[in-house]
Amino acid sequence: MFGKTTKLSRRLVLSMAAAAVSVGMTMPLSSTSAADLEKIHFLIPGGAGGGWDGTARGTGEALTKSGLLGSASFENMSGGGGGKAIAHLIETAERQGDTLMVNSTPIVIRSLTKVFPQSFRDLVPVAGVIGDYAAFVVPADSKYKSFSEVVADFKADPKSVKIAGGSARGSMDHLVAAQAFKAAGGDPKAVKYIPYDAGGKAMAGLLSGETALLSTGLSEALELERSGQVRILAMTGENRIDDAPNIPTLTEQGIDATFVNWRGFFAAPGTSKEKVAAYNATLEKMYDTPEWETVRARNGWVEVFQPADVFYTFLEEQEGIVGDLMKELGFL
Amino acid sequence: MLDGILQGLSTAASPVNLLMVFVGCFAGTFIGMLPGLGPISAIALMIPITYGFDPATGMILMAGVYYGAIFGGSTSAILINAPGVAGTVATSFDGYPLAKQGHAGKALAIAAYSSFSGGTIAAIFLLFAAPALASVSLSFQSADYFALMVLGLTAVSAFAGKGKFLIAVLMTLFGLMLSTIGTDQTAGLQRFTFGSLDLIDGISFLLLAMATFALSEALMVVLKPEKVSREAEEATKGKLGSMKVSKEEVKDLAPVVGRSSILGFFIGVLPGAGATIASFLAYGMERSFASAKEKLKFGKGSIRGLAAPETANNAACSGSFVPLLTLGIPGSGTTAVMLGALISYGVQPGPRLFVEQPAVFWSVIISMYIGNIILLVLNLPLIPYIARLLALPKQILTPLILFFSLIGVYLVSFNTFDIHIMVIVAIIAIIFRLINFPLAPMLLGFILGGMMEDNLRRALAISDGELSFLWERPITASILGITIVVLLAPLVQNIIDIRRKKALKVNDGEG
Repeated sequence: MFGKTTKLSRRLVLSMAAAAVSVGMTMPLSSTSAADLEKIHFLIPGGAGGGWDGTARGTGEALTKSGLLGSASFENMSGGGGGKAIAHLIETAERQGDTLMVNSTPIVIRSLTKVFPQSFRDLVPVAGVIGDYAAFVVPADSKYKSFSEVVADFKADPKSVKIAGGSARGSMDHLVAAQAFKAAGGDPKAVKYIPYDAGGKAMAGLLSGETALLSTGLSEALELERSGQVRILAMTGENRIDDAPNIPTLTEQGIDATFVNWRGFFAAPGTSKEKVAAYNATLEKMYDTPEWETVRARNGWVEVFQPADVFYTFLEEQEGIVGDLMKELGFL
Repeated sequence: MLDGILQGLSTAASPVNLLMVFVGCFAGTFIGMLPGLGPISAIALMIPITYGFDPATGMILMAGVYYGAIFGGSTSAILINAPGVAGTVATSFDGYPLAKQGHAGKALAIAAYSSFSGGTIAAIFLLFAAPALASVSLSFQSADYFALMVLGLTAVSAFAGKGKFLIAVLMTLFGLMLSTIGTDQTAGLQRFTFGSLDLIDGISFLLLAMATFALSEALMVVLKPEKVSREAEEATKGKLGSMKVSKEEVKDLAPVVGRSSILGFFIGVLPGAGATIASFLAYGMERSFASAKEKLKFGKGSIRGLAAPETANNAACSGSFVPLLTLGIPGSGTTAVMLGALISYGVQPGPRLFVEQPAVFWSVIISMYIGNIILLVLNLPLIPYIARLLALPKQILTPLILFFSLIGVYLVSFNTFDIHIMVIVAIIAIIFRLINFPLAPMLLGFILGGMMEDNLRRALAISDGELSFLWERPITASILGITIVVLLAPLVQNIIDIRRKKALKVNDGEG
């Protein structure tokens, strides 16, 4: 309602609920039983109520309530698209032994575009915790029945396929669309991406007919589909998912493109291997607890657990793909 | 449909739910009064509390909080010139001068009555027209939103006193420029950040509003202590709590409230516009309709200027439930949070909600009425006490305002850099005040600037760079047409006036 002032991130809708527990206050949660880890200080690179905030507070809540963690504290440090918190974590590394910073796909993109000078290599990647695939959506009455039909039109006249997304040019929604059309044999530079400032507005744009296709997160797309106004043509997972078995992947339509928007945790540089292993063991146990299930279901998150070593390789891989794409698109 | 309404009514009127509305309104009012905590945070705070409630009860509590927070926000805008959310900026234009003139109680009462009427009239529209309006809310494209923002900017003429038009335009441009600081929404490029990480997200509205309105106002008191005699001051303080609105005033305000409700509701229905635009448009519209004499009072304590944005703001809030409930599209931050809450109750808003869960659909709408009524019942008796806040000695009130506006901004971002920027902005604002440059147009430009630019660039991208989008769609063309009329009307009026005066003079000369 208040336009520019409410910079709602597109995934905010669901994560807001968890964030709301304490608007901006550092609230220690504690449990009495013997815990795996004594304490974690969650550093959140954005303000209260964003996706990062929800992930950190949700994870902290599940860990403490299930008794895996003694106490959790939270600190919001917004600024610089997350850069301020990264710089802070590196500068004060020796005091940050128990700190985990939450981040997501934008850390890869923003370090490529030099929003901040550091990259995930300057930190210690601990684990990817949750994730969301990307999806391509058309209005229910659209002429498109499959993604290949969209590709055919795109190849004939790229301008005829305007693609809406809930974030700026060069950010996730745009890159995923470019990646998909490139893998389908089109020119990614010709992708006509129309940015909106939130997912809901991009959806309104799609339904108003000013764009033909919407590039968004799968969980958001599923909600929209449930309301009966849109159809999901494809998603970017490697395999179909249990929650939505009827939605085809891009790969099975012959388009070799996958993408996952992850959210995960990073520790300060110099954190020992043992500590990282301990974090991983605790996080892995967390997935089986009912407390986590409550938090996960409430937020509609998809579990994509990537332990430290897998996570690091994955980040390098994502950086490569995204970097190449951004170079090709002229963003780098 | 009647069945649904009755069912909703019986749900909403159960003792538990009535208590919830009551608690919600009360909590919302107090949360909303703190700068920085608007309806969004108030509702977000309530969500964890409502887990485990049945959906109707949860929504009823939230509707209460929502209305309470909006009213609370108007309270701080009127009393201490601290519009914590963009939707109440226009309220402070005339509300604060009224409070300063010793009519705080009356201003708050008018705000409460207007909010109530706006909310209620809009809820009636919602009740009867929601499903039909769903298609209207989807007919607006980027080009139309751009035109709407341009129309919103014409409200600037309200601050252009005699000979001040250029200054007002200049300040609007300054605001538009400020809105370009940060990462550009369209291309993702950084503008005017000078390599500073802290400026990447731009200047927040809250910061600018608090610094230019509340902070600089409070500091001006220190700089320019008003020479009011003790007795006069005592007399004013006695009047602060008086809520009397005369019959003539009610008569005067009725059409204002009617017009603003309709305007506000329809603007609210559009997912890309919302309460802020609605309040500015209503303010501008009322000023255009006002007589020449009344026009002069706008910005200096006009009750019409207070009632119009307050009504429209509330009507728009109700209007924003149309796309939320019927399409599942959140048009605003607050409705986005509500959508999250509904989903966590297992309710999926959208075209099927009306059919599949009529009880929820209707009880939400009915709870909006009830929220409105309870708010009025609850707040009217409180107004004299709230208004007494201004009776605090300046030595106490001023530091309090400074404290709350600074802390309000800090609690949102947790970034000390914001405090520095705020102080700098406040100093600049004080300079502008000293040389009599109006600050409201700057804020107007800042609020509308970002949305205007985004929509313009989107419209251009969609039309492949052709300017033809300006006249191709009837909606765009008509809104732009209205804009031109609004801009030219005073000019034409002036020319006619001057001619008439000349004619009179000539006649006098002959006589």
